[in-house]
Amino acid sequence: MNFEIPNFALALPEIFVLTMACAILLIDLFIPKHAKTLTYLLAQITLLGAAILTFQQYGHPGSVTTFNGMFVLNNLAIVLKLFIYLSAFASFLYARSYLPKTKIPYGEYFVLGLFSVLGMMVIVSAHNFIVLFLGLELFSLPIYAMVALRRDEGICVEAAIKYFVTGAIATGTLLYGLSMLYGATGSMDITRVSEVIMQSSLSDELILVFGLVFAVVGMVFKLGAVPFHMWVPDVYEGAPTPVVLFLGTTAKIAALGLLFRLLVDGLQPLSVQWQDLLIIVAVLSMALGNLAAIVQSNIKRMLAYSSIAHMGYMALGLVTATPQGYGAALFYMITYAIMTLGAFGVVAIMNNAGCEASKVSDLRGLNSRNPWLALMMLLVMFSMAGIPPIVGFMAKLSILEALIGVHLVWLAAIALFFAVIGAYYYIRVVKVMYFEEPEDATPIKYPVDMQIAISLSGVGLLVLGIVPGALFTLCQAVFGATPY
Amino acid sequence: MILLTHYLILSALLFVIGVGGIMINRRNLVVLLMCIELMLLAVNTNLVAFSHYLNDLNGEVLVFFILTVAAAESAIGLALIVALYRNRGTIEVDKLDSLKG
Repeated sequence: MNFEIPNFALALPEIFVLTMACAILLIDLFIPKHAKTLTYLLAQITLLGAAILTFQQYGHPGSVTTFNGMFVLNNLAIVLKLFIYLSAFASFLYARSYLPKTKIPYGEYFVLGLFSVLGMMVIVSAHNFIVLFLGLELFSLPIYAMVALRRDEGICVEAAIKYFVTGAIATGTLLYGLSMLYGATGSMDITRVSEVIMQSSLSDELILVFGLVFAVVGMVFKLGAVPFHMWVPDVYEGAPTPVVLFLGTTAKIAALGLLFRLLVDGLQPLSVQWQDLLIIVAVLSMALGNLAAIVQSNIKRMLAYSSIAHMGYMALGLVTATPQGYGAALFYMITYAIMTLGAFGVVAIMNNAGCEASKVSDLRGLNSRNPWLALMMLLVMFSMAGIPPIVGFMAKLSILEALIGVHLVWLAAIALFFAVIGAYYYIRVVKVMYFEEPEDATPIKYPVDMQIAISLSGVGLLVLGIVPGALFTLCQAVFGATPY
Repeated sequence: MILLTHYLILSALLFVIGVGGIMINRRNLVVLLMCIELMLLAVNTNLVAFSHYLNDLNGEVLVFFILTVAAAESAIGLALIVALYRNRGTIEVDKLDSLKG
């Protein structure tokens, strides 16, 4: 292997985020207590700067690799990174006025968040098992700590322990799978793995499938889909709301990036095998997520089960194993992230205003307390239920279209059936907000930045639902698929 | 003569012991950390064996990364256990039941 100087320009956003995260860690130690807003501003500037740097890279046709084929940059990675920044930006924004109230220090949340974002960027650009593993760990480890940021709260620490143990099992399983794949193909380079599998003889097949199953199990753990979902409700309920915002949006996008890198780039030749696995995961997730969400009275837990169901729909896009399906899955994930930002944004705003917002019934009469907030929650809930003209409908439609395109009509029918069941508990939230009397009628006040963020996610969902063309075409184009 | 298969069986056993330990163990969170470590060691055994028989260094390089990252992971795990002990006064797995539904 010859030594060549790597093309650092391709990894510029990663280098920038790393430098800034280290700098912020130090700066935060030296600024006085009353000026901690500086930490927040620097963290947001880092995300903005990274977004600008990443955006400038857009437009490279095909993939470019550097660092001896360890790092890949293509339009898929760029789009995923941009939406990772966007959701991290929004989570940080909600955290700004929320954190001081719960006595979580600014420095810890934002620096851990930035390191986690760095790990996610590394994952979506990984082109080698080693880099994939390092990115995955860099993305997970800070989140374990973030969940436990309220050290004095028993349930936070309990949620963190549960998340840590399941996350560690996921990493172990994924690594075991990767070691098998390495043994079968003799390479860690993702493209090379794909080439070797394509030419491989039957004798290798058992160990390959063995590795594939373990790798898929590890990834499904990270995604939080059935049968490896048990951590999701506990973590969503126990963790502080700004952390849930972060791990419910950015982490899911990164997990999808992991699936794309490993299953689509690396193991496309084994797609027949992983399609079956994903069908099981998707159907079980939709069933369990939607049914269990109905009986939840805690709103964060309800949204957690709903996220399990949404991961099921998203996995259906991958099941098709066509570029159209991948594009639909990416579109679904991005719109899901915006919906989650809206839903947990409302919870964060209510907590921030000093109102209880742990039960669904706490939203009672929200319309009379703050009509705009109620309207935004209505848009989010309708979008999650998939009611036109909001974007959740378009996202589900594109998944169903991709499924029908590969003649999996029965699967599309199951998805539709569970979507109808799911609509029940989303609409119940709307009913509680609009048609029930509040127990405590004091109006809810919240800071301007939260107001802008929640309005952007609510109105954004509506606008994207009416004119989904640009984002949808973008999602299809990164996989080289021609839109319908 | 020790064949590749022997190493694979050994690592599979280690992995199963690790996973089984996590499932069965209901008493102590520190034992849970040891089980996680065992899973990662199984992976390392696998990688070193493959690396040797394939005559390729990549596997051994990954082992070093796994070892260091596993140390970081244990550090976080132990920190969480300390935080839990301060809150609850116990580190029994069975007592982790305040989040349910």
